[in-house]
Amino acid sequence: MSGLDLLVAATLSAGTPLAIAGLGLLVNERVGVVNLGAEGIMLVAAVSGFATAVATHSEWLAFGAGALAGGLLSLVLGWLVIWLNTNQYATGLAVSIFGTGLSAFAGIPFVGRRLTTGGHHGIPWLRDLPFVGPALFRQHPMVYLTIALAALLGFALHRTRLGLVVRAVGESPASAHALGYPVRRIRLAAVVAGGALCGVAGAYLSVVYTPLWVEGMVSGRGWIALALTVFATWRPARILLGAYLFGGVTMLQLHLQASGVQVPPQFMAMLPYLSTVGVLVLISRNPLWIRLNMPASLGKPFTPGA
Amino acid sequence: MNLSPSKHAALAALLAAATLAGCSKKEAPPAAEPHAAAPAPAKTGEPLKAGFIYVGPVGDAGWTFAHDKGRREAEAKMGGKVVTTFVEKVPEGPDAERVLRDLVAQGNKLIFATSFGFMDAVTKVAKDNPDVKFEHATGYRTADNLRVYEAKFYEGAYLAGILAGQMTKSNVLGFVGSFPIPEVLRNINAFTLGAQSVNPKITTKVVWVSAWFDPPRETEAAQSLLDQGADVLLQNTDSSAVLQAAERAGKYAFGWDSDMSAVAPKAHLGSCALDWSGYYVKSFNDVLNGTWKPEVTKWGVKEGAVDLVKVASFAPAEARKKVDAARQGLKAGTLAVFTGPIVDNTGKEVLAKGVVADDAWKGAVNFYVKGVEGKVPAGK
Repeated sequence: MSGLDLLVAATLSAGTPLAIAGLGLLVNERVGVVNLGAEGIMLVAAVSGFATAVATHSEWLAFGAGALAGGLLSLVLGWLVIWLNTNQYATGLAVSIFGTGLSAFAGIPFVGRRLTTGGHHGIPWLRDLPFVGPALFRQHPMVYLTIALAALLGFALHRTRLGLVVRAVGESPASAHALGYPVRRIRLAAVVAGGALCGVAGAYLSVVYTPLWVEGMVSGRGWIALALTVFATWRPARILLGAYLFGGVTMLQLHLQASGVQVPPQFMAMLPYLSTVGVLVLISRNPLWIRLNMPASLGKPFTPGA
Repeated sequence: MNLSPSKHAALAALLAAATLAGCSKKEAPPAAEPHAAAPAPAKTGEPLKAGFIYVGPVGDAGWTFAHDKGRREAEAKMGGKVVTTFVEKVPEGPDAERVLRDLVAQGNKLIFATSFGFMDAVTKVAKDNPDVKFEHATGYRTADNLRVYEAKFYEGAYLAGILAGQMTKSNVLGFVGSFPIPEVLRNINAFTLGAQSVNPKITTKVVWVSAWFDPPRETEAAQSLLDQGADVLLQNTDSSAVLQAAERAGKYAFGWDSDMSAVAPKAHLGSCALDWSGYYVKSFNDVLNGTWKPEVTKWGVKEGAVDLVKVASFAPAEARKKVDAARQGLKAGTLAVFTGPIVDNTGKEVLAKGVVADDAWKGAVNFYVKGVEGKVPAGK
């Protein structure tokens, strides 16, 4: 098939927003908080990032604004579920619906606006190599940063003291509390950090990937990122793998169509989801995998001294 | 919305609730109907109440935006004789029926269902409410109080094709399709025929995204077409994502539904724009004058409902002149987009030489014309 290099490039690009949001949600869930607000948080961040990019013409400030917006909205979520012990699922959905509405409202002046950021990216010298150049080395810097972030998170979670504390809070908040760790503050910090990452993902979508703002433009990618955390059994490297798999299958079906391969597009549109279910089934066949990695306190509130 | 397999079973149900919550935004809340039990025709002095349901958000800058613009302009032109209400983001399916019944209950006497997928719902609700007039965009079922209207969008696609055929360097055009229904296939064919009328070497590649509105997916589809050598794109989806993908790649594309020139000044060759206001004014007047009757209305370039607007000033004058000539032909009725001989892409003649396609032919388009690559995905 022609254009394999371009397909690889498109896959990396398509998987990146999913990977960033997935890593953020992984951080949330590692401390025991399920953040169903991801879709709404990404939308609010997308419009914040877009507005910032329109005003400042800077992608990096836009990512910052997205992170800030995502972090703030997550702060609200975190305060509700960690201090007020509201139900995590209901609160997350409420945040998601709220974020969807808020972004639509705040985004009205930005519908149809144009961004003047962007341009060609890539790593000098490497980008001119045959095949691997166009396939791997002409991406937006965020693509490489995402890979670095996954590696860093993997290392931090499993090889550092901080990671151990985070995981302890997620596994057994009571024990962590007994050891003197401020469980609720650690949870809040992780929720805000994860929300900020979701925010970066949202801003990446509206500023880099599809440089426009329209209501509802995240189109369900927040929910896909949520599924990715289970898919990845809460391991950062597998989040990356899952995101690229999902992006790859999506792009493959579009490329096959463009190159004239006869497969019903309805079937093809289903394929990324089908492959996700397939992998979930494979993972679930080994319950140990899930049990070893799933934070034991996931979704459960914790009140110190109660 | 793309729902991924998620771990929480209740999610789907709650999401449905979320969608419902999201589609309850209304403009100009109608006053309580005093005579709910006696549905009499609108008296003089009392404004006609008209309701609209939209499939997308009014901020989509596309299909729904164009309908809403038409609604606002038509209401303004009626100068207080008509009061309109709308409900946006109504999912195609059972929900549409609920929203339609709701609009009836609020006292609307004229209701517009502005998406093909509302057909079953509007047919059912029309049957139960004989005193209310219903209008369904792009549908084909009529009843005593239900009529259909559509725009000959393919005329806009044809004009776009004429420009595309002259601007392409690779002679490969790309089309991002939503669903393989006759309406969309007509646009693909008209785009290709328009391009071939000025450049016989044209081929068109088609990618289907199985959605009317999913900007990231539309971007991905556009990217895959560009990767495969297409250098002028058109889409039958509702956002400006394809246009922006072309802008980024230094290629060309068109706006769809409404004027999208602002988002991609370097890539934008023109916008196939709809103007529904004329039809809505006619419809309001039909009801107010008591001349409303079930019929099928198809308006095109001639009636001002469709046009290729904001044609790029950087396009060569010669190319623009050819677009103007075709536009004049469509206006004067001397040009018809689907005039035989038309051959499909398997070599079969689908319209004989000299024959102008009728509505039945246009409503049953299920093939690609010669020059479009691939096969139409089986619809049913």
